[in-house]
Amino acid sequence: MSKEVLTHGIDRSILSSGGQAMKLENEDICINVNDLKLSYGEKEALHGINLPIPRKRVTAFIGPSGCGKSTLLRCFNRMNDLVDKVKIDGEIQIDGENIYHPDIDVSALRRRVGMVFQRPNPFPKSIYENVAYGLRLQGIKQRHILDEAVEQSLKGAALWNEVKDRLHESALGLSGGQQQRLVIARAIAIKPEVLLLDEPASALDPISTLKIEELIYELKSEYTIVIVTHNMQQAARVSDYTAFMYMGDLIEFGATDSLFTNPTEKQTEDYITGRYG
Amino acid sequence: MMNEFKSWWQSGTPWVWLNAGAVSISLLLVLGILGMIMVKGMGHFWVADVYEMQYSDGKSAQRVIIGELVEKAEIPLKMYKEVEAKKLPEGLDKIERWLIKSGNRDQASADFQWIYAHKIDAQKTPENLIKLERLEWGNFYGYLKNVQENGKLIAENDEAWSELNKRFERVLVLREELEELEKGRISSINYGLERIRLQKRKLVLDKEDSAENLKRLDDEAKAYNVEYDVVIKRLNHLREEIQRDRATFTTDNGKEVIISLHMMVSILKPNQMGVMTKLGHYAYNFYHFIFDAPREANTEGGVFPAIFGTVMMVMLMSVLVTPFGVVAAVYLREYAKQGVVIRLIRIAVNNLAGVPSIVYGVFGLGFFVYFLGGNLDQLFYPEALPAPTFGTPGLIWAALTLALLTVPVVIVSTEEGLARIPINLREGSLALGATKAETLWRVILPMSSPAIMTGLILAVARAAGEVAPLMLVGVVKLAPELPLDDNFPFLHMERKFMHLGFHIYDVGFQSPNVEAARPLVYATAFLLVLVIVLLNLSAIMLRNRLREKYKALDAG
Repeated sequence: MSKEVLTHGIDRSILSSGGQAMKLENEDICINVNDLKLSYGEKEALHGINLPIPRKRVTAFIGPSGCGKSTLLRCFNRMNDLVDKVKIDGEIQIDGENIYHPDIDVSALRRRVGMVFQRPNPFPKSIYENVAYGLRLQGIKQRHILDEAVEQSLKGAALWNEVKDRLHESALGLSGGQQQRLVIARAIAIKPEVLLLDEPASALDPISTLKIEELIYELKSEYTIVIVTHNMQQAARVSDYTAFMYMGDLIEFGATDSLFTNPTEKQTEDYITGRYG
Repeated sequence: MMNEFKSWWQSGTPWVWLNAGAVSISLLLVLGILGMIMVKGMGHFWVADVYEMQYSDGKSAQRVIIGELVEKAEIPLKMYKEVEAKKLPEGLDKIERWLIKSGNRDQASADFQWIYAHKIDAQKTPENLIKLERLEWGNFYGYLKNVQENGKLIAENDEAWSELNKRFERVLVLREELEELEKGRISSINYGLERIRLQKRKLVLDKEDSAENLKRLDDEAKAYNVEYDVVIKRLNHLREEIQRDRATFTTDNGKEVIISLHMMVSILKPNQMGVMTKLGHYAYNFYHFIFDAPREANTEGGVFPAIFGTVMMVMLMSVLVTPFGVVAAVYLREYAKQGVVIRLIRIAVNNLAGVPSIVYGVFGLGFFVYFLGGNLDQLFYPEALPAPTFGTPGLIWAALTLALLTVPVVIVSTEEGLARIPINLREGSLALGATKAETLWRVILPMSSPAIMTGLILAVARAAGEVAPLMLVGVVKLAPELPLDDNFPFLHMERKFMHLGFHIYDVGFQSPNVEAARPLVYATAFLLVLVIVLLNLSAIMLRNRLREKYKALDAG
């Protein structure tokens, strides 16, 4: 399958960063994964991952179901802590700080590393309260600060024009795509450094998907974005770097352009040409 | 044939019929219960015609019976023969018996009597027959002869009726003021004096009974006593005034009876009343049944204190059981490590719901009343001892006992509600930096509120209908005061209270006057059902509003 087919319908010029080739050596590394091992009970799900994730770039994790890409993503904000019998070895450094150090405040970490899930999960509150949720958690009560932040976040998530007249209506009245952008607005309202997107468009229709992808492109100027996707075209369209994972191992990691056009590993090539997965 | 049956069997039609049949039977039973208690209880408030009958029972000469027809019943001929030891009257193939409410309990021996229909020679419904409802001795039936003021004849025969009505209006006005004074001023003065007595005693116990302190209390008491003298003077005047007028009546056995107007609750000429007037009186009677206090060992008057006590107790129970049940469920579901111990606890909680309620009553009496209440008295109310304040059955202990009885229901349904919250909403909140407690408080508990309300609805339904344990921990036949009044601190949770369920038992089985009490049993039962339905409906409406608000569950 040629690259043209993979990226059909998208103007390539808006995707790569100004046309210049992406090189990992030139990047400022935001997240550094060092020999990360994770097991659920007896079963090891990640077998020693090493991965640098560059700042203010979009990094995509691809791979067949069950390869551990979501698990790895959920390590970045310690979402896996919620799962029983999880055991984690190795370290993940964000800005040089090991987030699995016992002294880390998990809530503070999660404020720095926002996350958007596969299914839109707005709270059964008004649109306004959904976006203000994270700020209210921090004890911010002043109306004008909240108003300002809600507006900025909704604009940032390209939702403001659609909802500005019904901010105080229930968020559950929005469409799936709008809900997902609302959830992104909610995540960026607390100004995180990193945004983790766990298959953010897999439950959405093609138009909504396109909007989310455009949004991701907008957001990368301010946030380090890590996205898990099942959809290779999507990875090719939105990401600067791509990591291919298989059975709990990181098989190949590199600039998206070169990984899709010129994979070094046989497994990667098989996967992106559709031989399995 | 066999094949036809088989295919009919396999088509599933029998199951549909069976299920529909079961549903209809349940529905019929419920409607039957409601219908019966409604018909039997609601008939009580209708103003029935009053008959005057010529009756010859064979033993003595013909006599006159005045009264309301309550019930007709047929009895077997054999029984009639045995009881009356007489030959059957000619031409009759069945014997009918009538139950007549002839009132006049102070004049005759019984206010209800059974008579044989075939021995009634004549019956009529004279328009000027009067039915009196009285404060004591039940109803009176008879003819009005005259009206007197301080023993002086005022009006006789035809003019007497309008005069009686006019003067009865005056009595009603006086009575209202009297009751207001007795129940309001006098009771708050007494309450104040009692409080001062206790304060004095407390000073002595605390060894702070300096002359200055005592004087302050004495002055306060003096002020009360001055007020008391003023009020009692007014009261005595009113009492004298209200007893001014009297009326003479003739009864069915020809006696003349003088009745003071202040003993009358209502005066009616039922046979003169049209249907509309009777309907008006029906509403009036029903209103007074709901809003009046009982009289005459609960066989007359209303049931207001019982309604009030029931509602009050259920509300207090709800306030106690909800936080307790929710907190327990949150711990079991959200915080506790799921394992054998938690499973055992859950089984224990579920089994608690199956413990007979009287056992809770015994526990409440032993633990809450005697242990907790007794210790509270020692600590906080030593001045009242040996008279107990909280160390005796009362509203708070009844509510607590019922809260204990219903807490399993709240725990179980809250747990189910918590389990139904989608994991992705929890993750959404946690991913924004919320702690577990913040997530619980801001997202999960609000979303579980419909389930919590479901638990509360079940708890209310069970608590409102429970009687047995209450008899041990706070319900009484007649409570002199409501648990809520205008004396500080307004809500008196240590007081005993009345309860509709217990009232039914008391009126039905402990009453000296069975026939008079019977319709009240049905009417009270109907009211109890009504109260429970209303309590439940309000809870259900609240739940539906919450559901509407948090309907994400259905989408997720």
